[in-house]
Amino acid sequence: MSDTKINITLRIWRQPKATSPGKLVTYPVNGVSTDMSFLEMLDMLNEELTVKGEEPVAFDHDCREGICGMCGVVINGTPHGRGSSPVPTTTCQLHMRNFKDGDVITVEPWRARPFPIIKDLVVDRSAFDKIIQAGGYISVNTGAAPEAHAAPVPKIKADRSFDAATCIGCGACVAACPNSSGMLFTAAKITHLGLLPQGQPERYLRVKKMIGEHDALGFGGCQNLGECAAACPKSIPLDVISQLNRDLIKSMFKRDGKK
Amino acid sequence: MAKPEDFFTVGNDIADTKADTSLPIEKIWPERQFHAKLVNPSNRRKLTVIIVGTGLAGGAAAASLGEAGYNVLNFCYQDSPRRAHSIAAQGGINAAKNYRNDNDSVHRLFYDTVKGGDYRARETNVYRLAEVSANIIDQCVAQGVPFARDYGGLLDNRSFGGVQVQRTFYARGQTGQQLLIGAYQALERQVDAGTVKMYTRHEMMEIILKDGRARGIVTRDMVTGEIESWTADAVVLATGGYGNVFFLSTNAMGCNNTAAWRAYRKGAYFGNPCFTQIHPTCIPVHGDTQSKLTLMSESLRNDGRIWVPKNAADATKDPREIPEEDRDYYLERIYPAFGNLVPRDIASRQAKYMCDEGRGVGPAVTETDQDGNTRQVRRGVYLDFSEAISRMGKDGVSAKYGNLFDMYAQITGEDPYETPMRIYPAVHYTMGGLWVDYDLESNVPGLYVTGEANFSDHGANRLGASALMQGLADGYFVLPNTINDYLASGPYEKLSDDDPAVVEAVNSVNERIDKLLSINGERTVDSIHKELGNIMWEYCGMERKEAGLITAIQKIRDLREEFWKNVKVTGEKEELNQALERAGRLVDFLELGELMCIDALHRRESAGGHFRAESQTEDGEALRDDKNFLYVAAWEFAGDGKKPILHKEPLVYKAIELKQRSYK
Repeated sequence: MSDTKINITLRIWRQPKATSPGKLVTYPVNGVSTDMSFLEMLDMLNEELTVKGEEPVAFDHDCREGICGMCGVVINGTPHGRGSSPVPTTTCQLHMRNFKDGDVITVEPWRARPFPIIKDLVVDRSAFDKIIQAGGYISVNTGAAPEAHAAPVPKIKADRSFDAATCIGCGACVAACPNSSGMLFTAAKITHLGLLPQGQPERYLRVKKMIGEHDALGFGGCQNLGECAAACPKSIPLDVISQLNRDLIKSMFKRDGKK
Repeated sequence: MAKPEDFFTVGNDIADTKADTSLPIEKIWPERQFHAKLVNPSNRRKLTVIIVGTGLAGGAAAASLGEAGYNVLNFCYQDSPRRAHSIAAQGGINAAKNYRNDNDSVHRLFYDTVKGGDYRARETNVYRLAEVSANIIDQCVAQGVPFARDYGGLLDNRSFGGVQVQRTFYARGQTGQQLLIGAYQALERQVDAGTVKMYTRHEMMEIILKDGRARGIVTRDMVTGEIESWTADAVVLATGGYGNVFFLSTNAMGCNNTAAWRAYRKGAYFGNPCFTQIHPTCIPVHGDTQSKLTLMSESLRNDGRIWVPKNAADATKDPREIPEEDRDYYLERIYPAFGNLVPRDIASRQAKYMCDEGRGVGPAVTETDQDGNTRQVRRGVYLDFSEAISRMGKDGVSAKYGNLFDMYAQITGEDPYETPMRIYPAVHYTMGGLWVDYDLESNVPGLYVTGEANFSDHGANRLGASALMQGLADGYFVLPNTINDYLASGPYEKLSDDDPAVVEAVNSVNERIDKLLSINGERTVDSIHKELGNIMWEYCGMERKEAGLITAIQKIRDLREEFWKNVKVTGEKEELNQALERAGRLVDFLELGELMCIDALHRRESAGGHFRAESQTEDGEALRDDKNFLYVAAWEFAGDGKKPILHKEPLVYKAIELKQRSYK
């Protein structure tokens, strides 16, 4: 760690509520330590605004360890500031050492029709929960499970399943996509469950139900642009979408794929 | 000079009445399940249960009660139930499967957990935890939780602190995430089925009691600001721990104690509030603007070696240039049997001692100690993987710990493959919480408490990989088999919105919010919270002393006064208002902090994470006083400005022998 201080200028989207118009407002922030996280820098701005009697900037965040998926803003045009970071990142794990003195940084909320703005940088992502409700689970009641070793899982499949399961549901994929598609999110769940023996009985019904819900909620279609995977903080691979498409096509020929 | 006795009064002793302790310990849970009253499946839909929190303990309970057919109302403050802070647990979950053929058993897991907790947990509860642990793994695998597997396709295990067997199941460094997603999916399945109604961005502000029973809650809709009341036949709090009383902790920013504290203020007892866990391996503080601390999983201690320079003069040297003979691998030296895998409280305290001796590493910071002396101290020790890298190769280390190494590099800007990590202890978990009996019911009928929010299973120190186990045990297997005993006497008389009990609770919430918004003082919420955190860390942190705790109580009282006079909460009531949310949580932390200090002051012994400087062995280990303190301290609220009342629940150990804990 090297404690260097920089001065930056923020241009932040301010919007008092869902129905009111918003605009970019400029705020200088001085003496930012490069060891601070991006959100700690926003905390610092908010402390200054509060002391001045101005309304602080609303933004979502919780764990600040890059795992809960609650944070997420568009920084200089890329979700989570991926364009400013050498590695995939969530907003909370982006650190100010990636910026330099004098930088002008534009901060906006996720912009996607299925994620309406609530206030400032806060959006409503409950559409993701609805996609999971449509079938993103294995139907097993508590107490009904067989012994854990009853169904061995080849390591290679377990690992691929895991790679898909690391999705944190932040919505960066949707924000990055010109079509506001939620395909990477949906496909990550299809792949996570579909590669495991436990996920087989509902595999084809699951893909139909989830995609049906995805489309009904107003998420756009996928054109394989790959912006989603590039923005994903957890590096969910684009090939999960191929897995989803394969399962979707197969489901057309399966009796158990009927909704 | 004030004395400890000036700060509290002593009430009658209490006891758990639900476990039949005349039976052999392995018979108690089956007996309890057999004797608990049942609710006919067709009657369950007539009964409503409120569950606050959607982490492992809350989400698992909501899903399981929904599957059983009850009508469940589930609340969380985040925008989705999948965000609950259980998600951040990294290392793993314990279960007595004995897949490693290394002499593990239910009894050994039980023994390790009671011993790890320094004999301050209730043995009946812990035994049941160990009994159901194996079912948890089965359940999670069936849900599709992608645990680590070996090439035969079977589940892999690793070791955690305080034990000598390999019983920890894990999913890379994201075990909590994967378990929570499993519970979340089960929960969303019930939302789809209509048995669970999910209310996100709703914060519980008050509890509703009627005729002494818990009958509902009051929430604030965090988007619209609307204050709403909800009534039910029973209320379950699964609201996590209170580590954020220290401001800096590994908890999520939103974690708070409001639900538990509001229950305490209405008569629920608070058990062992001073038992907090300081986790040894966290990334050190970078400066005054730090907002939270990040844990590096304890699993790193399987392969990483902890050391400091033998000579203080080497503190500023590049660690790679310090020769082997000038390094002090102090845990391996002091505790040869457990080495780097001693329990968390011990590893943390030793790190503090090394830094106090002047052998810490990293940047020097100015500190004021409890006696008012200021000095320069380096707060960090090395966690070194160079030996592991030469043994397993960089790829081998990366396969096991890659995501943790990446996280460390991202936060600190240093490459841990090249130079040793620097770590220091940080507040992580709170063993204390609302008092519950064997059924997980508090002393308030109809109020159940699960997971970290209750006090029951970890005594004075929690072992690694046991929090996930407890959360899921409570949520999947314990609560769904005990709450029926209470619900069988329902449905209870419906409460209308204009019932005096409901009106009183709603009004008190409105008054509190109006008052916070009307003060319009000079100080931000966070500046006061940071000040509270500093008091707690300095006086009620890793080492506690009588005089310091008395000082802390006065400082907290002064700060509370300052808060109510001088806090500035911007914005309006009827909108998304994050300053108001934080202010409301701080109100309760400012009261809780005082009770923690009083509890620490009254417990004039050291036990686990509670280290009283006045009570230590010759070589500086925690010295229990079983003659005087073999009990759970359950605190009763006596009213604002009145001394809290101490109720003791004596701890009786029949299945385990009480011993001085030793890891040497």
